[in-house]
Amino acid sequence: MIRTEQLSRHFDDVIALDATNIHIKEQQTTVIMGGSGSGKTTLLRLLAGLECPTSGHIWYGKDDLNGMSQKSLYQLRARMGMVFQYSALLNSLSVYDNVAFPLVEHTQLDKSVIHTMVTMKLEQVGLRGFENLMPSQLSGGMAKRVAFARALAMDPEVVFFDEPTSGLDPISAGVIASLIGDITKRTRMTSIVVTHDVHAGLDIADHVILLWQGKVIAEGTSDIIRNSDDERVQQFIQGRPDGPIPFSRSETSYIEDLLHKPGTVRIS
Amino acid sequence: MSQTNTTQNSMLTFFGSLGRWFLRTLESMGDAAVLSITSLTHLFAKPWQGKHIVIQLYALGVGSFVIIAITGAFTGMVLSLQGYYTLAKFGSESLLGSGVALAIIRELGPVLGAFMMVGRAGSSITAEIGIMRVTEQLDALQMMAINPKARVILPRIIAMIIALPILVTMFDIIGLVAGYIVGVELLGVNGGAFIGEMIAQVTPMDLYAGWVKAIGFGILIGVICTYMGYRATPTTEGVAKATTQAVVAGSVGVLVLDYILTSFFL
Repeated sequence: MIRTEQLSRHFDDVIALDATNIHIKEQQTTVIMGGSGSGKTTLLRLLAGLECPTSGHIWYGKDDLNGMSQKSLYQLRARMGMVFQYSALLNSLSVYDNVAFPLVEHTQLDKSVIHTMVTMKLEQVGLRGFENLMPSQLSGGMAKRVAFARALAMDPEVVFFDEPTSGLDPISAGVIASLIGDITKRTRMTSIVVTHDVHAGLDIADHVILLWQGKVIAEGTSDIIRNSDDERVQQFIQGRPDGPIPFSRSETSYIEDLLHKPGTVRIS
Repeated sequence: MSQTNTTQNSMLTFFGSLGRWFLRTLESMGDAAVLSITSLTHLFAKPWQGKHIVIQLYALGVGSFVIIAITGAFTGMVLSLQGYYTLAKFGSESLLGSGVALAIIRELGPVLGAFMMVGRAGSSITAEIGIMRVTEQLDALQMMAINPKARVILPRIIAMIIALPILVTMFDIIGLVAGYIVGVELLGVNGGAFIGEMIAQVTPMDLYAGWVKAIGFGILIGVICTYMGYRATPTTEGVAKATTQAVVAGSVGVLVLDYILTSFFL
């Protein structure tokens, strides 16, 4: 359904994503994992059309996101939803108005129908009865669930999740993860989840993509990833500090730099 | 010899920095113009943003009325007080009305009104849009297939263009009334002479010039403040910096544009 072809994104000298080819299947939960700075959020923003690639293509069926007009892109986005890392609820609107927002903007539905639909979406995420609260009155987990309800409002075909469990307590994180898994199966939508939460990610994933330094280093079902022979994959999923994925980003050690720097005082 | 080289290097560094600053400013001005024009192309497009323009008009216009009224009143009072003692030296107190009116309508109303709007409404526009950028609300709008230029930028620019001439007119009226109270009621200038001179000296052209300036300042403030917020670096510091830059650029821009427009009307 969604496919990237030699997709790259550079920020000046930094290569965030390097000639990536991935394939996201319909009606499945694809989890993109990787450490901080591995390029997973960049990949998600590229797939959502929020960033332009430096090179390569993103195919939605037969349509290339790259050459798409703004009108076509907005038509495509009407079939998408996104849950942002910090929820991105509109601060001036109540919970009800946030969830109703896409429906009010894009449909001619009667107010009573919109009310029923908003109530249904809030019920799906377990927040019916909280319609009148403002975003500033919500906890992190509740805000994520409201954002999820808003993303579901238009019954999208694809929903993007950017770090849906980050900054949440284990129970809230578990609730969000199970909601993603359950709703994806029930509504037969396609979910693309970016996370570094290994347990939640592997639990809900139909397909996992593991990134490191802007490249795909492993791909497959959760079991394939768990049983991978790749040391980098094992280091990541076990959360080991030592291994092929270095802690330091510098090419050389600080001690070497000091010893070889001209003019450095040497102790003999 | 080495001192000459050092001086030359310093000069080169100075002119290099100046050139880079100039190019950056020029680039920002172009970027701001493109952003505003692309936003304004949505003015008559569907969905019509009328409701959001009215909301912004209320927030920026009605919300700024008190500060405009206070500034207008004290400007008129001070002008009357200063003008009276200066004119009294020449026995021309009767000209007080025309002096106060011309100063307020031609210059002080539009310029001080614009300054107040930059400080009160412009800074809030930049901060609000900047925070929307930091909290990904602008991206969220895009993902809901809503164009932030049409929804966020356009209503604020249009509201500023409509609000400023109305507020400047209020500033003028309040300033003149306050000037009249100080001149006539407190300092004893003849009321008939005050109003008569005012009517005799102020031409319709002065009123038009004031309104044209107010519209020009409205466009300028709207464009600068929305641009600074929209392009703010998405960090707390970035929003703070953008807000400061918007107020500084807006204020300096008002003065420069005032000179240009005044030279057209004289």
